[in-house]
Amino acid sequence: MNREATLNELNPALERLLPLLRLGDQIRRRVQYPALGIAGLFALWYWGGWAIANNEDTMAFASFAPGPTLAAFWDLVVSGNVWKPIESSLYRVGWGLFYAIAIGVPMGVMIGYFLTLKQVTHVPFQFLRMISPLAWMPIAVLAFATWDGAIIFLIAIAAVWPITYATAHGVQRIDPMWLKVGSNLGANPFHTLRYIVMPAIAQDVFAGIRLAVGVAWIVLVPAEYLGVTSGLGYAINDARDTLEYDKLAAFVLVIGIIGYMLDAICVRLIKRSSYHAEG
Amino acid sequence: MSKGFLEIENLSQRFPQPDSSDLMTVFEGVDLEIQKGEFVCLIGHSGCGKSTILNVLAGLATPTDGNVIMDNKEIKGPSLDQGVIFQNHSLLPWLSARDNVMFAVRARWPNWSRAKRLEHAERYLKMVGLDHAMDRKPSQLSGGMRQRVGIARAFAIEPKLLLMDEPFGALDALTRGVIQEELLKIWSETHQTVFMITHDVDEAILLADRVLLMTNGPHAKVAESVKIDIPRPRERASLHQHENYYKIRNHLVDFLVHRAKDMSLEAQQEAAQGVDPRHKPRFVNPANPEESAPEPATDADATAAADRPRMRAV
Repeated sequence: MNREATLNELNPALERLLPLLRLGDQIRRRVQYPALGIAGLFALWYWGGWAIANNEDTMAFASFAPGPTLAAFWDLVVSGNVWKPIESSLYRVGWGLFYAIAIGVPMGVMIGYFLTLKQVTHVPFQFLRMISPLAWMPIAVLAFATWDGAIIFLIAIAAVWPITYATAHGVQRIDPMWLKVGSNLGANPFHTLRYIVMPAIAQDVFAGIRLAVGVAWIVLVPAEYLGVTSGLGYAINDARDTLEYDKLAAFVLVIGIIGYMLDAICVRLIKRSSYHAEG
Repeated sequence: MSKGFLEIENLSQRFPQPDSSDLMTVFEGVDLEIQKGEFVCLIGHSGCGKSTILNVLAGLATPTDGNVIMDNKEIKGPSLDQGVIFQNHSLLPWLSARDNVMFAVRARWPNWSRAKRLEHAERYLKMVGLDHAMDRKPSQLSGGMRQRVGIARAFAIEPKLLLMDEPFGALDALTRGVIQEELLKIWSETHQTVFMITHDVDEAILLADRVLLMTNGPHAKVAESVKIDIPRPRERASLHQHENYYKIRNHLVDFLVHRAKDMSLEAQQEAAQGVDPRHKPRFVNPANPEESAPEPATDADATAAADRPRMRAV
């Protein structure tokens, strides 16, 4: 009894403290730990730059180090020269992903829904999936009139698989109970798709898109090495040809930052569409 | 004999077996009537086909034989006239408690304004005591609260027939008691016709007007229709003090423990002899045996008795 009374007295005080404790936790999780990771990466980069600069054989590449790179990055941002290649690259990735989603989601729904289709498509799809998208390059160049078209095709063919299979996985995870609820409420096939299947698989689709964005962003740069005269891949190649290694590294930085941001958007979408209990 | 609100006629379910060309008969020849506003519980051992009967009533399963007529219309598929509460709450996990109910209300009355739907949904959520939790998603609700949302959703569409498949089976005893009382409360306000499957004899006595007893499968039958002769309103705490309580309870338990199996053997013998399996449950009032229909004397009489019109309309 006595102990309980003391606990009850303590409780309000503890409750007032709780938000503060939680805030401390939040700061640690959201700021402190990521900062630690970033600092680690910079340290490694700095050390690498130092090693390159102090080696006679590699001295010529010393401007890969953080100092010159960040200076070049700053120049690119201030002069506005950074935006044009970003725009071209995002345009290609955007369309590539658009086609990948437009083809991959319906295909995934069908594969997840019809077991036969899954079995029929298994071999050809796994076969196609394992071919590097860049292997299609010569064919893409022949098949498409423009370089943009070819690159968009390469991105789409790389990104379609993760989306298809994540969607199929989501469909297979649908609880038959939800469909039962739907049919009990008189849902027709369109309603079922719109109000039960789509929200049920949304988080899996976004997880697939997240993987696809990663793949697309990776494929983009080598695809832009060839032929085109715009985009981040071209900018890197161009900087290499003109021996502007600080600029080259600055574009690598830009690619990393944008990739991170695209990923963060996907994570956001996954979180928003997630309905499973968290923590 | 008055026509029931819900009439089940000669219902049978047979499934193909993996190791034989013969069909396996789960239950057969079930004739039942349920009146409007009646609360009926169905009890039987696992595997006797209780859930199949419920699914047929819900329009989610098609029987091998027989048909079901509700309010002069045959039940052929799922519709909003039949609301179902499943054992596993079956809420849509991406919608809040309120939106889960709203989803059903919108399906029922597509032309209602949003405000009207909202008011309607919230009224039913309040009835099950969820005023404070309407914005929460199912993953943020306890098992009992989820099942309450399921109850609110089913009542909110005001179906002609409410079907419940062991709705409280997954809940702990304390929560179950509380929700049973909430169910009684909401039922006394709406007087829905309810058909409920349960394993719990006490639950059936607390809730039902009538308990249907099913024999074991294969060739299961709905053997008895037991009147729960205890006046309402009933309360869980004082129920067992009523003089009829133990008479009813003993009868139900005796059936489940002994007779469900014995009668199942009889039914299988009869089926082997090719006796017409169509039957009506025998009416029994354990509190007043004189009211009960006489027990069938022999196997042969049993089928004849089933056809005799002296059956009490129940």
